[in-house]
Amino acid sequence: MFRIDFNKLRFLICDDNPHMRRILRTLLHSFGAREVYEAEDGATALEMYSHYVPDIVITDWAMPIFDGLELAQMIRQPESKGNPYAPIIMLTGHSEKRRVTVARDAGVTEFLAKPISAKGLYQRILNVVASPRPFIKTKAYFGPDRRRNTNSAYMGPERRVGEKHEVLQQPSLLDKARSSI
Amino acid sequence: MAKNSARDIEVKAFATHHVITQPNPLRKVLRRVEEKDMDDPVGRAEQALAGLSSEFKDWMTTEVNRLSAAYVAIRNDGFTKDRRDELFLAAHDIKGDAATFGFPAAAGIAESLCRVIEHAPDLERVPAELFTHHINAILAIVHDNTRLDSLTVSTELNRRLRKVADEYLAHANRDRPEHLEVILAPSIVPAE
Repeated sequence: MFRIDFNKLRFLICDDNPHMRRILRTLLHSFGAREVYEAEDGATALEMYSHYVPDIVITDWAMPIFDGLELAQMIRQPESKGNPYAPIIMLTGHSEKRRVTVARDAGVTEFLAKPISAKGLYQRILNVVASPRPFIKTKAYFGPDRRRNTNSAYMGPERRVGEKHEVLQQPSLLDKARSSI
Repeated sequence: MAKNSARDIEVKAFATHHVITQPNPLRKVLRRVEEKDMDDPVGRAEQALAGLSSEFKDWMTTEVNRLSAAYVAIRNDGFTKDRRDELFLAAHDIKGDAATFGFPAAAGIAESLCRVIEHAPDLERVPAELFTHHINAILAIVHDNTRLDSLTVSTELNRRLRKVADEYLAHANRDRPEHLEVILAPSIVPAE
């Protein structure tokens, strides 16, 4: 069995509702977290993200002006100076399937529909800590692999091409990064 | 927590995409322990949440007062984008919080109100009663009822308001299939 040392993790929570921030803070502290930073809007969260470099971001979706979806999109900028790989858990009152899809396509790592529960939050944190997924970069997407199940028989229109036998020789991002230094 | 350097990151290039893998930067926080040494963080957190519960009624009152004020502003001065957004956010917060605060029926009614605000083609043409019935029901549940409302009149109120709202939305969106699809799609949250 695995135990998470929460006291070594740094969290950033972003929610415009002070009651929900208090609940999140209470849950995280109870899990054992010590470093929990709070923002009440996406813009502040983005600043704090750069400043504190959190290990895990937990964000609401619906917030005035700069919402959680935009926050996720801003974090998932592969060329940014900050860390574009941090796990993002979206905690939201939205509970429609299309919303999950939109959040996933913005680079959100885990989706947790309210009402919040200690168990639900713990499981999402355990998922991002113990089972990180590789990142995928396409023309239109940068974020954790959206396929959670491997289905090699899938031949639909959204199948990625170029795997295994169709590998094209392209300069990797790493090579590009090195050459730009 | 130490971050991976660029050297740790492996990038495989394919025709349409890159696959980027890196050593798990959070692996150091995972510790293998014997079952007997496993503590119960979830139980501890639930206990801490229960410790906050004496404040939930006050929090809920703040939330419904915000909703009520948002609607009063609309009733007095009409819909603008800002007023619409404030009404939606107030209802949306109740949808997300109320069950945690012990008012699940209020959460259901707030969800129904959110759907009306989100999917009505023209909010000015929505019958005012549809808004007032939702808001008054939430106010009544919070101000007059106990938190043990799940098996009482408020649950039935929730069911009926949702039915009326859905019928209105289905009719108002009869020529907007993309909205109809969303309105009729089931929630991803399991039913109680």
